[in-house]
Amino acid sequence: MSIFVDEHTKVIVQGLTGGQGRFHGLRNRDYGTQVVGGVTPGKGGADVEGIPVFNSVREAVDATGASASFVVVPPKFAANAIIEAAEGGITFIVCITEGIPARDEAVTYNRLVEEFPGVRLLGPNCPGIISPGKCNIGITSGDIALAGGPVGIVSRSGTLTYQALHELSQQGVGQTTCVGIGGDPVPGTNFIDCLAAFQADPETKAVMMIGEIGGSEEERAAEWIKLNMTKPVVAYVAGVTAPPGRKMGHAGAIISGSKGTAQAKMEALRDAGVHVCANPTEAGAKMVDIVRAM
Amino acid sequence: MDLFEYQGKQYFARYGIAVSPGDVADTVEAAIAVAERVGYPVVVKAQVKVGGRGKAGGVKLANNVDEVRTHAGNILGLDIKGHVVRRLWIERSSDIAKEYYASFTLDRPNKTHLGMLSAQGGVEIEIVAEENPEAIAFLSIDPVRGLDLATSRRWVAEAELDEVAREQTAELLVKLYDCYTEGDCDLAEINPLILTPEGVVHALDAKVTLDENASFRHPEWEAFREDEFEDPREKMAKAKGLNYIGLDGTVGIIANGAGLAMSTLDVVNQVGGTAANFLDIGGGANADVMAAALELINADPKVKSIFVNIFGGITRVDEVAQGVLEALERVKITSPIVLRLDGTNAEAGRALLAPHVSANLMTEPTMLDAARRAVALAK
Repeated sequence: MSIFVDEHTKVIVQGLTGGQGRFHGLRNRDYGTQVVGGVTPGKGGADVEGIPVFNSVREAVDATGASASFVVVPPKFAANAIIEAAEGGITFIVCITEGIPARDEAVTYNRLVEEFPGVRLLGPNCPGIISPGKCNIGITSGDIALAGGPVGIVSRSGTLTYQALHELSQQGVGQTTCVGIGGDPVPGTNFIDCLAAFQADPETKAVMMIGEIGGSEEERAAEWIKLNMTKPVVAYVAGVTAPPGRKMGHAGAIISGSKGTAQAKMEALRDAGVHVCANPTEAGAKMVDIVRAM
Repeated sequence: MDLFEYQGKQYFARYGIAVSPGDVADTVEAAIAVAERVGYPVVVKAQVKVGGRGKAGGVKLANNVDEVRTHAGNILGLDIKGHVVRRLWIERSSDIAKEYYASFTLDRPNKTHLGMLSAQGGVEIEIVAEENPEAIAFLSIDPVRGLDLATSRRWVAEAELDEVAREQTAELLVKLYDCYTEGDCDLAEINPLILTPEGVVHALDAKVTLDENASFRHPEWEAFREDEFEDPREKMAKAKGLNYIGLDGTVGIIANGAGLAMSTLDVVNQVGGTAANFLDIGGGANADVMAAALELINADPKVKSIFVNIFGGITRVDEVAQGVLEALERVKITSPIVLRLDGTNAEAGRALLAPHVSANLMTEPTMLDAARRAVALAK
């Protein structure tokens, strides 16, 4: 099984007529994802290589029965696009947009929680989600993933998500689902949401977790793992050599004072019984060992 | 972006938060002119983005023109923890009856805004938080609902501020919250927020960090960008739209994505090398961006080899490879380049580079292999 999405998930792309939306939307469809529509205000009635375009999410949902949306619009429009998706009846929203102001993210997250409790937001600033062989929503290259499980992947960093997939697929170890939660300060979906879903998914036998400096999500995840997780977890945390006080690209990746260091996160995870590795390659090799011993 | 104190005070003033009358000065003469205008006594304050300037002699009281001349002359050019003082803030000195602390920031675990208010200001709030946490009144604020005056009134009472200061502070905190939210700050902090013997509350310092993702709705931030960068490499990177942090090592790093860039630094370190920089060329980087990145790293004399680590997602590897080739045509890259390319259109990217492989341009199949090669070349 997969988490959050599967082969029946119908997806619309908000921003399908833009450069990035078109490239990745079509790539997702080529992968086999049911990309059933696009949304661009004012361009309703057009189509992108056979995918119908609608003026609003509501129209697209009414016409296609989509339940998921891939939001790929510029930062200044992203918050409104997410809310429009929720209002239009979408229950799973993937937003890859990088550079959304933290204030907009905080308001959007809390509006979703208060007004649309059944809606899950993945991202923003994330690579998306791929359930190999079933569904790919986002910007992950489908050919680096391998279907059939048994590993679930959850990662805060985009490119390191690809690296993790690559390390496993090369060794013939497949994935149930790979979720990129994104590196922004207010992620819609966090480590614990994904760990809980993987723990509950019978086909996922082990979980690979990729963290990075900043915030305390890894520490919170460690606490949760300690209390609830029975499946083996392998983790890698990026940024051991990052200097304090400097934002390492992601809005969330910053060591402030003594908080948020890679060392503290690795210690917390180790203490929770997680296999903590020094780099993505080691983490991949460790996971391969675990899976082969099953 | 961290603001200087004077910029923070200018930003506060936009939102109606009371600050002491004052102005900036880059020379002794200008400092005297400001002092004469605002009236004695004045405080002469070094403008540096580092704490502990008072102890370093960067903050002085001046009662007359001669004292302003002496202090301004001494402080301009002073080196405070590696930051050379180029600008002063001169303001009317305030008598202080009480010092408080107030700030707003994002509470990431709870995904709400967090207000902190304390009747014990003037010292490092981290120390108060550790030694005497009950002296801080924490307020969790729903970003959808915001902060209203009634809540703010309850908050100042809970923080046990002096009676005479409460109503003024409650009003000031609502303005500070507006500055924090409407003004798109990551942090808006006043320490100390003072109560004068006359019973007036105002901000004596300003610590503001702006959320650069919100630049598109704040054209007024352009004025703050002057003097922002100390490191000339970072200034050049900013001009080219690159996400760059200068470090001290010998292996130049170019990666796509912040996580991969951080991880590249870690791996270079693990195989015995040192990174010269952090450089994330971002999602969707094309040939121009890649060429600009190589030129930037090439300009760093400490760099002995360059490690380009790309895992394509939204970034297309063939475009990155094209950028490397274009850069090599445009400028003479003096250090050997080691590339590791995977992900979207990786095959096409490797094929583009294949005819150009030499002792100065090579590819490696994995991140670890490429790190080892780059580190060996840097020695």
